[in-house]
Amino acid sequence: MSLADRQPHSPADSIWNPTAETMPRAELEALQLERLRSLVERVAHVPFHRDHFAHHEIGTHSIRSLADIRRLPFTTKNDMRRHHPLGLLAVPRKDLARIHGSSGTTGKPTFVAYTARDLDIWSELCARFLVAGGLKPEHTVQVAFGYGLFTGGFGLHYGIEKVGAAVIPAAAGNTRRQIEIMRALDPEGLICTPSYALTIADAARDLGIDPRSLPIRLGHFGGEPWSEDMRREIEEELDISAFNNYGLSEIIGPGVSGECSARDGMHIQEDHFLVECLDPETLEPVPEGEPGELVITSLTREAMPMIRYRTRDIARLYREPCSCGRTTMRMSRVTGRTDDMLIIRGVNVFPSQIEEALLRVEGTTPHYLIEVSRPGTLDEVHVKVEIHPEIFSDRMDRMQSLCERISREIHTVAGIRAHVDLVEPRSIERFVGKAKRVLDKRNIQN
Amino acid sequence: MKLQQLSLFLENRPGRLEAPLAAIAAEDINILTLSLADTAQFGILRLIVRDWEKAKRILEQDGWVVNVTEVVAVDVLDRPGGLAAALKILEDADLNIEYMYAYSLRRGDKAILIFRFEDPDRAVQVLLDKGLHVVGGEELISSTS
Repeated sequence: MSLADRQPHSPADSIWNPTAETMPRAELEALQLERLRSLVERVAHVPFHRDHFAHHEIGTHSIRSLADIRRLPFTTKNDMRRHHPLGLLAVPRKDLARIHGSSGTTGKPTFVAYTARDLDIWSELCARFLVAGGLKPEHTVQVAFGYGLFTGGFGLHYGIEKVGAAVIPAAAGNTRRQIEIMRALDPEGLICTPSYALTIADAARDLGIDPRSLPIRLGHFGGEPWSEDMRREIEEELDISAFNNYGLSEIIGPGVSGECSARDGMHIQEDHFLVECLDPETLEPVPEGEPGELVITSLTREAMPMIRYRTRDIARLYREPCSCGRTTMRMSRVTGRTDDMLIIRGVNVFPSQIEEALLRVEGTTPHYLIEVSRPGTLDEVHVKVEIHPEIFSDRMDRMQSLCERISREIHTVAGIRAHVDLVEPRSIERFVGKAKRVLDKRNIQN
Repeated sequence: MKLQQLSLFLENRPGRLEAPLAAIAAEDINILTLSLADTAQFGILRLIVRDWEKAKRILEQDGWVVNVTEVVAVDVLDRPGGLAAALKILEDADLNIEYMYAYSLRRGDKAILIFRFEDPDRAVQVLLDKGLHVVGGEELISSTS
């Protein structure tokens, strides 16, 4: 496609699945109730759920209305870990079609399994938000997400195919090559993390290419928190329309919700997910429109359904109808976490993982500080470690290999590349009580 | 025969070198020689001082991490090939040098080099066997005063 015959931005929003996305509320809620009851039945034989249900004296009979979901117990990341790797499977192993994974707090990934039907629904859900954000069957989309255990790459890949558009599975990294591919193949769409979109713009400028001249007109970004300011910056830099979407691997991956052309919150795919917004302390629902922790039940997942999964993500829910005609409830951007999880270049990292890595290197704890910043477009992590007689040597090679060793351990445990800064004794602030281990200098609140 | 060298960890930013030197100067401890190894991020200051135990105590009281290492001071002829001859001896004896630096004063036709060996005791033995002069602490201090 040449510059001259390029389509204008923000094409009118079309709806991929009008039946599901514009279903009258009463009908939608009846469908949710039916699916919730069937879910309780489907998981009743899984030891984890069976014990949970027995303990709370719950059965299908307990679910008479959607409000009864509150009688069901929560599922946490810890429960997944305790049933590592596939203890929460609700179908025979032979029925699995794929297994993905997410980073865990202890260095080993938590696995999530899919049946063929799960994968089909997943593609459908991705297709819905892609189309809501302007993707058309005649488009070509470059996917610059990682293809692997991470759900982003494969999830979006099959969603794009479902829409009937062409996929370029460029995968993550090698920014110059991304730009070459883009200039050779003229994709209209780009899928990546929002910060990587800015990296592409920077890299193009470094190559003497005006980022606005790149063929991309449409971006679907996710995998890390971002702000409206960042959206404006991306749209300005690349001359595109940027859309937000939300998902998490424990539930399915991308596809839980996504923006429509109104870009006023992300439409939750309510025929597949029952989403609650709770006060993380009291676990009671917050007043409508107030921020709270999202708790998600995957109504239709077969292989590894989640009942009231505590996402730890903080967002707001809106029920008022949207100008796009969809009847589904919307959620705001994720504005925070109820735990200390950090998202570094799309990778979930817990400070406890950094600590675990440091514990593997003698003498490096207890005084350290994790500093997260976004000096350009990408997140950077500096782990400051106070020097200690036990790890200090007069030999430079020893000191350098110490830094490398710490960095390697962090990569092994947390999956990120961190800069290790050795600092002088007593230079890290001391706290009475719980130490402050993280200094997040990024400004990703709206 | 061996000398005690103090090593300090310094962050590589303005003013960091001055602080420990001022601390020992305030106690009237003379620095015989020093060397600094650095990366963009941090440095290792190595000091040979008149009273290393006192200097170490002062620095540690000030919160510095101080490491004590045995190093060997060797006289070499201050003329072309002087150092090469000494290094040949070390190489032939398969002695590994971790690092080395020059002593700031020369005596007559001799220059003094400070060596950090992995095995300083064997290094001293080899050097003496080969007829080189290993400079002891007392001698080094008296030669500077």
